[in-house]
Amino acid sequence: MTSKFTPKTVYVIYIATTPEKVWKALITPELTQKYFWERTIEVEPEVGGVFTLKLPDGRVNVQGRVIEYDPPRKLSVTWHVEWPEDFRKLPECLVTYEIAPAGNAVRLTMTESHSWNVPEAILSGGRSGWPAVLSGLKSLLETGKAPAIAMEPSKEMIEAIRKLR
Amino acid sequence: MSKPVFVYVTYIASTPEKIFKALTDSDATAKFWFGNAVTSDWKVGSPVTFHRNGKLIVSGKVLEHDPPRRLSYTFQSQHEPHNGTEKPSRVVMDLEEQRDQVKLTVTHDDFVPDSKVFVSISNGWPLVLSSLKSYLETNRVLYAPWYDEQAKRETEKAAP
Repeated sequence: MTSKFTPKTVYVIYIATTPEKVWKALITPELTQKYFWERTIEVEPEVGGVFTLKLPDGRVNVQGRVIEYDPPRKLSVTWHVEWPEDFRKLPECLVTYEIAPAGNAVRLTMTESHSWNVPEAILSGGRSGWPAVLSGLKSLLETGKAPAIAMEPSKEMIEAIRKLR
Repeated sequence: MSKPVFVYVTYIASTPEKIFKALTDSDATAKFWFGNAVTSDWKVGSPVTFHRNGKLIVSGKVLEHDPPRRLSYTFQSQHEPHNGTEKPSRVVMDLEEQRDQVKLTVTHDDFVPDSKVFVSISNGWPLVLSSLKSYLETNRVLYAPWYDEQAKRETEKAAP
């Protein structure tokens, strides 16, 4: 089912905490709100369940399905952008989080995989976004506070998406 | 054949000055960089060395020293299994203040084709920079699990 996806962006970060706490931070709306640009996550805890990322005003930002749900080791969901409207024509991608103990910390690996020949300009969205989101997640778990990182999609990315049929 | 480039971005709740100091100070690097102490006078063209337990780990030369915005040096791995056999690559660190934090971008490039050092540094930088972030935000550091494995191998080698 997921074999059509090829990894395009991988981000690894080490966090001084436990795998259970990383897992909780990934799937708990009150926690994602603190590090994921105030977005709340909703995940039905089973394969085939619905995955939703909502904007602070309640609109759906991203929707998908749970492909793998193995706490506290692996969460894999399909990812279809519903907002902004222009982004809807992007084919869904696959976002996978893997959590593993490493030394006195936990290694969190985020892999963004795609099923088509994605232009670099579109990949740049995830490549600039994930470091901000996951730096915030690390700060939240280690210090209790995630700094706010301002970010907008680049002009090049918006342009590349508009060109898609 | 395209040459590999490694890029890693992390956001640190600190100041550019503190991050720049941590990256260029022997005691600080020894703390967050798993015992690797950096030494240099940071003049362009001067040598840069990283020593761990008295052993030379990395050597290079200063390319750019522009505190607290940019630091760059060449990078030749002198430790196992590379032992200085691969020509030096290049490290560039860019610091950019954003509200109450700093965006740190590490770009490591100029590798030989099929570089083996590239594979090592791709595994290494995420842990080094995660440890740097913890060090500056919480004053604790992370340690490298692979050093345990390396120490074990060396002990086994030394055994009769």
